[in-house]
Amino acid sequence: MIEDLPLWLSILISALVVLGALITLAGCFGLVRLENFYLRIHAPTMGTSMGGGLILLASAIYFSLTNERPIIHELAIFAFVTITTPVTLMLLARASLFRDRVEGEDVPGRGE
Amino acid sequence: MSVDILHWSLLIAQIMLGLGMLATVYRMIVGPRAQDRILALDALYVVALLLLITLGIRTNSQVYFELAMLIGLLGFVGTVALAKFLMRGEVIE
Amino acid sequence: MIRRILPHPVLAVVLLLFWLVLQQSAGLGHILLGSALAIGVSHLAARFSTDDVKIRNPHKIIQLFFVAGLDVIRSNLAIMAVLFNPRPSPAGAFIEMKLNLTNPTGLAILAIIITATPGSAWLEYDKERSTVLIHVFDLLDEEEWIETIRNRYETLLLEIFQ
Repeated sequence: MIEDLPLWLSILISALVVLGALITLAGCFGLVRLENFYLRIHAPTMGTSMGGGLILLASAIYFSLTNERPIIHELAIFAFVTITTPVTLMLLARASLFRDRVEGEDVPGRGE
Repeated sequence: MSVDILHWSLLIAQIMLGLGMLATVYRMIVGPRAQDRILALDALYVVALLLLITLGIRTNSQVYFELAMLIGLLGFVGTVALAKFLMRGEVIE
Repeated sequence: MIRRILPHPVLAVVLLLFWLVLQQSAGLGHILLGSALAIGVSHLAARFSTDDVKIRNPHKIIQLFFVAGLDVIRSNLAIMAVLFNPRPSPAGAFIEMKLNLTNPTGLAILAIIITATPGSAWLEYDKERSTVLIHVFDLLDEEEWIETIRNRYETLLLEIFQ
C-alpha cells in the first residue's frame, strides 16, 4: 500500500470497498438462505452489479491516484462481468424450467 | 493513519468476501439439484474475482487484474457450457 | 460499399474501445492493431449473424443507461434489506407479459437489463406469441411490474431500435 494517501481518499476507498463487499456477501448469504432455485437465481447478480461495481470503482480510483494517470481497465472487467452473468443465468433458468417440466414440478408451462 | 484505515477496511472486506465464498461452496456441496450447484459456481467465481481486486489494492500491484480477467473469462465459458449441458445433455448442438 | 469493408460497424467500434481500455493506452500502434482486430472479428461475426443493428436515437442510449443504473442501485438496496432480515420471506412469483419489441438486439438488451437487476430475472422468451416469462423476487403488484417494464424500458428500446 502507498504511504502518503490523503485521509479523505482512503476513507472514500475504504467505504466503497466495504460497502461493495457487504452487498456481495448479502447475495452469497441469499444463495444459502432462500428456499428455491428461482429465488436463488436473483442472488449472484447483487455481486456482479452493485457489489462488484463499488469494489472495482474503488480500485480504479486507487490506481488512478497512485499512478497519477487514469487507470480504467476495471471498466473492462465490470462491463464483461455485468453482461456475461445474465447470459449464464438465463441459460441456467431455461435449463431448470426444462428439467422441472419434465419432472412435473409446479412451474409455468410452455406456450399455454 | 490513512494507511491504517485502508488496511483494516480491506481486511474487513476480504473477510466478508471469504465468508461469501464459503456460503457459495456450501450451496455447491448441498445442492440439492445440478442447477443449484452451477448457480453457486457462477457466484463463486465472481466473488473470487472481487477478492483478487481487493488483493491488488492491498499490494499496490496490477498483476492481480490480469488474473481477475482470466477468472472472469474462464468462469463464464465454464458455467455456460455446464448450463448448456443441463438443457439437452449435450454440450455442442 | 462501407458494408463490405465493415459488416458490423457498431460491433467494431465497441471492440476497438474495449481493446484500448485493456491496453491502457490510446497510442497509434494500439489503435492500428485494435482496428485490425475489430474489423477482422466483425467479418467473422457477419458469418453467423446477418441482422445489422440500426440505431435511430443514439442519445436515448445514454438515457437508458442512467435509468437502468438507478434501477439496479435501488433494487440492490431493496433486496439487501430483505436478505438481512432474520427470516427472509420474499414473495417470489412468475409473471408473463406481452412485448411489442421484436428487434433481436433490443430484446437482448432488455433481457440483460432485467436479469442484471437483482429483483427480476428474464427466464424465457416465446417468439411465436412474443411473450416473456419473468421471475420477480418480491412481487407486490403484477400490473405495476408490467407497467414499469413497459414504460421505463420497452418504450425507450422501441425508440432506439424500431
